[in-house]
Amino acid sequence: MLGKLSWTAVPFDQPIPMAASLFIVVGVLSMLGLTTWKGWWPYLWREWLTSVDHKRIGVMYVLLALVLLVRGFIDAIMMRSQLAIAAGSAQGYLPPEHYDQIFSAHGTIMIFFMAMPFVIGLMNFVVPLQLGVRDVAFPVLNAISFWLTASGALLVNISLVVGEFARTGWLAYPPLSELQFSPGVGVDYYLWALQISGIGTLLAGINMVTTILKMRAPGMTYMRMPVFCWTALCSSMLIVAAFPILTATFGMLLLDRYVGMHFFTNDGGGNCMLYVNLIWAWGHPEVYILVLPAFGIFSEVIAAFSGKQLFGYRSMVVATLAICVLSFMVWLHHFFTMGAGADVNAVFGIMSMIIAIPTGVKLFNWLFTLYRGRLRFEVPVLWAIGFMVTFAVGGMTGVLMAVPPADFVLHNSLFLVAHFHNVIIGAVLFGAMAGYNYWFPKAFGFTLDKRLGAVSFWCWLIGFYLAFMPLYLLGLLGMTRRMQHYADTSWQPYLIVAEVGAVVILGGIVATIAQLVVSIRTRASRRDLTGDPWDARTLEWSTSSPPPAYNFAVLPQVESLDAFWAMKQRGPVATAERYDSIEVPRNSANGFVTAFFAVVTGFAMIWHIWWMAILGVASAVLTLLAFGWMERGADEVSGEQLAEAERARLHPMEPA
Amino acid sequence: MSAHAVTGTLPGAMPAPAASGRGPAPVRIVVAYGFWIFLLSDIIMFSALFATYAVLSGQTAGGPSGRDLFELHRVGVQTLCLLFSSYTCGLAVLAIERRRVRAFYVSCALTFVLGATFLGLELSEFAGMIARGAGPSRSAFLSAFFSLVGLHGAHVTAGLLWMCFMVAQTAAKGPRDFVRRRLLCFSLFWHALDIIWVALMTLVYLMGAR
Repeated sequence: MLGKLSWTAVPFDQPIPMAASLFIVVGVLSMLGLTTWKGWWPYLWREWLTSVDHKRIGVMYVLLALVLLVRGFIDAIMMRSQLAIAAGSAQGYLPPEHYDQIFSAHGTIMIFFMAMPFVIGLMNFVVPLQLGVRDVAFPVLNAISFWLTASGALLVNISLVVGEFARTGWLAYPPLSELQFSPGVGVDYYLWALQISGIGTLLAGINMVTTILKMRAPGMTYMRMPVFCWTALCSSMLIVAAFPILTATFGMLLLDRYVGMHFFTNDGGGNCMLYVNLIWAWGHPEVYILVLPAFGIFSEVIAAFSGKQLFGYRSMVVATLAICVLSFMVWLHHFFTMGAGADVNAVFGIMSMIIAIPTGVKLFNWLFTLYRGRLRFEVPVLWAIGFMVTFAVGGMTGVLMAVPPADFVLHNSLFLVAHFHNVIIGAVLFGAMAGYNYWFPKAFGFTLDKRLGAVSFWCWLIGFYLAFMPLYLLGLLGMTRRMQHYADTSWQPYLIVAEVGAVVILGGIVATIAQLVVSIRTRASRRDLTGDPWDARTLEWSTSSPPPAYNFAVLPQVESLDAFWAMKQRGPVATAERYDSIEVPRNSANGFVTAFFAVVTGFAMIWHIWWMAILGVASAVLTLLAFGWMERGADEVSGEQLAEAERARLHPMEPA
Repeated sequence: MSAHAVTGTLPGAMPAPAASGRGPAPVRIVVAYGFWIFLLSDIIMFSALFATYAVLSGQTAGGPSGRDLFELHRVGVQTLCLLFSSYTCGLAVLAIERRRVRAFYVSCALTFVLGATFLGLELSEFAGMIARGAGPSRSAFLSAFFSLVGLHGAHVTAGLLWMCFMVAQTAAKGPRDFVRRRLLCFSLFWHALDIIWVALMTLVYLMGAR
């Protein structure tokens, strides 16, 4: 009746997982209880859970990312603490089977449920506003995408309480991840969570590509699009081209595990290196899916706060497109040690080094934008400058590892771990934080606290260097990744420094939370009534903060790059003579309900509860069909309402 | 207006459906374009399975190979069914665009019969192979074969269900704009399955039966 599920799935006998489970269960229950007590459910349902507004969905994505940043960081600091003490004969406090789950969960969560939602959320919020349009191409699909991503995140976190998570690392290489060596439900949690959220990501990518290519304000030709839109376009094209490979690959591993097929098994003619090739054919583009939008954010931030047009706009666009194409030609550098031979390794090594060229172009473009600019040291700029320094270091260690003979020495060592944290924290996370601080006033109508923002930045920057520079050295000393303890006690001092770094980063996370709390409490004094708190250049700042549901009362007419800057140069904006009515799409529960059934299906498949899986799939399909059958109405905002709203926004002092 | 100057068209000319410089494209264009992108992603998913099949097609683990299993005459009939069903599907879309509902129903019925025949032949092929002990867990080659061909078959099944849904919706709501947009997407989907089948027939059956 309940498949493999029984009370033994709950880790009563292990104190650490049990305490974490209790903490989560109590936390979630008290949140739900508070919401019920205060009677917030109708508001939540109406304004958020069923919203199809790209701005609301973007905010929910970012919120999901911030919550899972905390979860992923708890995993991280647990690992650092374990390694700080587990030297020589000491075993530390985490047994190997638990430690293995933690590093697998850390990587999975940070990439799929922290970095991805952060980046996609910012794209969702910003891109339609920057393009000067009213929503994405498919608003309901957008909600479905978000809720499927949230479903995956939920499944990963359920694994903490019920059952276990994968012990196979964040990419679940076979044959270890095959049924023969991982008979538990951990790998199944991993696979189903990522299949469900992967479909959401793919749909989000399709939506974004269509939006950018087919829905732009009048006059916004390709070469007038803000750089962030270009990077969002390239990132989304990579999603469309790469995520189907991930779906297919995980699908094959699922078939191996569930129906005894032989794609990647040791017996029956299977080939585990096929999996490794396929997963990196997705995995390397994934790196650029994450980092390109971050590059876009830095381009916007640096241009806005330097008070200058971005240096070398065209070269920035070309470099972005070049990276987009090249990212598909380097996957093999993740496993030079496979033994493909010197010729193949040389080709992939050279291709990997070539990517450094367009990336270098970008770095110089940012530097030349700063040059003779009137730079204002607001919080987003701090993140941008921290990024430029940190990313240059990380990029260079990457080029070093692109040399196959060097890679044979450094493969799977902590040098590699330090390298990819150097680029992912230094570029993706710093970019996301810059974007969060930069666009927060647009989303909520008040600015974030500058002092606490700076504290957060400095903690992250210093903590990062303390935590990861020792790892480079340890890698060179020969320490491999994914070790639960080590015999060589001369490594311990480095790992203690790394632990201190993790604690400093913890300070950064606490400061970020404090910044949010303090800013909300003092929001009355930090209101942004102009809609343009940074004196910025692109169209999202030309509407009110927060923007109305329809974004723009009249679609802006774009006549140059940095369209809003050009408008400001021409003088104050007047109200239009006549406003045409606007149709705003109605809320839809489609996304939330479909995702609910996706969670049911995933959970049932993980625990082999077949009747529930069939019920879940059937319900999800019926939900989609039922919503597809109904005609979606739209709410109309009349011309008079628009005129009134615009008059209030543009001439707040004059009586109507 | 400068927008005209940039795109180089005469003022007063019919606005082009493309987005560039002219504001958001009409709904029909946006929907069809988005669906094209989805089909692209679907074809990439198939390409991952094609690549897998190419790697594993020789890994029979001592079991039967394609030469022992494939029956080309059956595949020929399947191909004819699917290609003709694309033709009738095209007729259905033309009919609905001209608001000829009865012709639309007839074309859909033909499409359904042809698609269902295709599926029936595929299922009987699968059943025959499994009965001979050549099921998907026999060898890596057969895992790849069943997954690739089966994924295409699953798409055909989904397409048939989608078509039934669209026929019902047309019957209930008439050939309205959104119904016709969806039918356009459906026909794109159905034709894309043809493209995949042609590749599949060539790479799996014709090259495998030699």
